[in-house]
Amino acid sequence: MGSIQLKGVTKTFGNTSVIPHVDLSVEDGSFVVFVGPSGCGKSTLLRLIAGLEDTSGGEILIDGRNVVNEGPAKRGLSMVFQSYALYPHMSVRNNIGFGLKMAGLPKSEIAAKVEHAAGILNLTPYLERKPRELSGGQRQRVAIGRAIVREPKAFLFDEPLSNLDAALRVQMRLEIARLQKSLGTTAIYVTHDQVEAMTMADKIVVLNAGRVEQVGSPIDLYERPDNLFVAGFIGSPKMNLIEGPIAAGLGAKTIGARPEHITVTTDGTGTWQGTISVAEHLGSDTFLYVDVPNAGTVTVRTQGELGLKAGITVGLTPDPARIHRFDNAGKAIR
Amino acid sequence: MATRQSTFLGRILAAPSILVLFLWMIVPLGMTIWFSLLRYNLLDPGNESFIGALNYEYFLTDPAFFTALGNTLLLVGSVLLITIVGGILVALLMDQPIFGQGVVRLFIIAPFFVMPTVSALVWKNLLMHPVSGLFAWIATSLGFQPVDWFSNAPLFSVILIVAWQWLPFAALILLTALQSLDGEQKEAAQMDGVGPFSFFFYIVLPHLARAITVVILIETIFLLSVFAEIFVTTGGGPGLATTNIAFLVYAQALLQYDVGGASAGGIVAVVLANIVAAFMVRLIGKNLEA
Ligand SMILES: Nc1ncnc2c1ncn2[C@@H]1O[C@H](COP(=O)(O)OP(=O)(O)OP(=O)(O)O)[C@@H](O)[C@H]1O
Ligand SMILES: [Mg+2]
Repeated sequence: MGSIQLKGVTKTFGNTSVIPHVDLSVEDGSFVVFVGPSGCGKSTLLRLIAGLEDTSGGEILIDGRNVVNEGPAKRGLSMVFQSYALYPHMSVRNNIGFGLKMAGLPKSEIAAKVEHAAGILNLTPYLERKPRELSGGQRQRVAIGRAIVREPKAFLFDEPLSNLDAALRVQMRLEIARLQKSLGTTAIYVTHDQVEAMTMADKIVVLNAGRVEQVGSPIDLYERPDNLFVAGFIGSPKMNLIEGPIAAGLGAKTIGARPEHITVTTDGTGTWQGTISVAEHLGSDTFLYVDVPNAGTVTVRTQGELGLKAGITVGLTPDPARIHRFDNAGKAIR
Repeated sequence: MATRQSTFLGRILAAPSILVLFLWMIVPLGMTIWFSLLRYNLLDPGNESFIGALNYEYFLTDPAFFTALGNTLLLVGSVLLITIVGGILVALLMDQPIFGQGVVRLFIIAPFFVMPTVSALVWKNLLMHPVSGLFAWIATSLGFQPVDWFSNAPLFSVILIVAWQWLPFAALILLTALQSLDGEQKEAAQMDGVGPFSFFFYIVLPHLARAITVVILIETIFLLSVFAEIFVTTGGGPGLATTNIAFLVYAQALLQYDVGGASAGGIVAVVLANIVAAFMVRLIGKNLEA
């Protein structure tokens, strides 16, 4: 069991309010990802849940029990840190088993649990090594091992993959997601990498300046962003946001069209006409940056190689069913 | 110094300074060895003659030598123990966020800047004096008999003074080590449910191991040759109670005017220091690696 609820949680450091007011509920067994720009309070929120920071107000319920006055160990959560935070002078075995030892478990039981966790994480050959004798990915796995042996109610991850190279990041991303599914333990995962967020999450929480902008499944956020911030934040390359007469013509302050939902024609047809300023050829895809009068630079993603070059005039047609409209306050018009 | 090439280059670049250091060391050492083989007494000038190892024989068979050796080891050992245990406690205190931290730190470091002779005089005349000392005053105002420190516990008194001088050094080095403890590690320990005592013994102490080693090695070098504190307070007495090797050599040379014997004593002290150093490096040197 491990459901977590935040009710009106606030956090201020001195005079600055970092988390003005957050309500959130995390269902048992789900994988929830916090995303948002740097400094928006993702880590702070995670640390409030962990108990590493005191809340300034509100309630944090774990399995229905308010834990704001309990220390981190009592909450029954475990955390994987960005720097791994392994104990440098302890072997991998002791690193993983240390929490259990502190909890006063008998030696044989600790050994069994550590061996089991090491088996899951392919760490068995390294159990007697010190952290400094391991690669980055292996250290990461030790940190995860330390989190899983305690059989916590939930895992908390704070950008655990940001110190790894791109290939390893993809691999560990898969491993973490698979592990979480097989254990069925609730997980809260902080990242600023939206690919991680989209691929791993059951539910994404988009944060901006300490406020929850939207909560939903990855596809929800992609297809039905509630507001301009989420529309601009989720998706890569970014959604084209167009103001002015074009938007007004559709009855909105701003309209949004994703680069992959715009078709390119070269026969003079198309809703908008523009000149290609830059074409980026990635082989599988081509990103076109098209200067459209009244709309600015529109990014378009086309599949395959169309032989389009800078300077060519093209017609652009957004898929009308997938145009997002936003009102003056930046809220989606549905 | 990864490749053979760079090792070679490194050696060449270091060679001149090593050569200078070597000469700097070898000339006085050579002269001392030479004097130690002579009959050379300042009361009988012009009559130096080569007598081989006789000076060593006298020095090493003198019962005073063994007393002095014991005193030296006791002094070094006790001061190390007090300064390290005390230094860790002081460092832990100084690491707490307290009001006026900067000033407190300055005060705690102050003893290290006081000259040994001065601090020994302060302790002797202002603190430990059986009639006019502060300790005596405290004892009498509480209705106890004042302790005559230098007659009743002479070596302990010297140890106390020397430890007081070296405590700040240990505390300072240990404090810097303490402050380099990674914040996320503390938090990881919090998540692991580690209590304050377990945290200290399982995480802080191993983290401090290297700094403690450095303190032990540096202090040992200086403590083997403690002299001023003994000279000022007890003059090596009563009897031989506070005579260490350094003081014995001094007594040999300047109280008995026996340069040859003192040189032999000096060489013995050098050999002893090296034995202690080798022993220490064996024992704790592995903490310094990697
Ligand atoms: N101890 C502190 N005292 C004062 N301000 C703080 C403190 N910790 C964090 N902040 C502020 O709170 C805000 C949120 O910080 P937080 O670390 O949660 O950001 P984040 O979303 O995790 O960013 P990143 O993606 O860069 O890690 C920042 O503006 C930061 O300056
Ligand atoms: Mg962060």
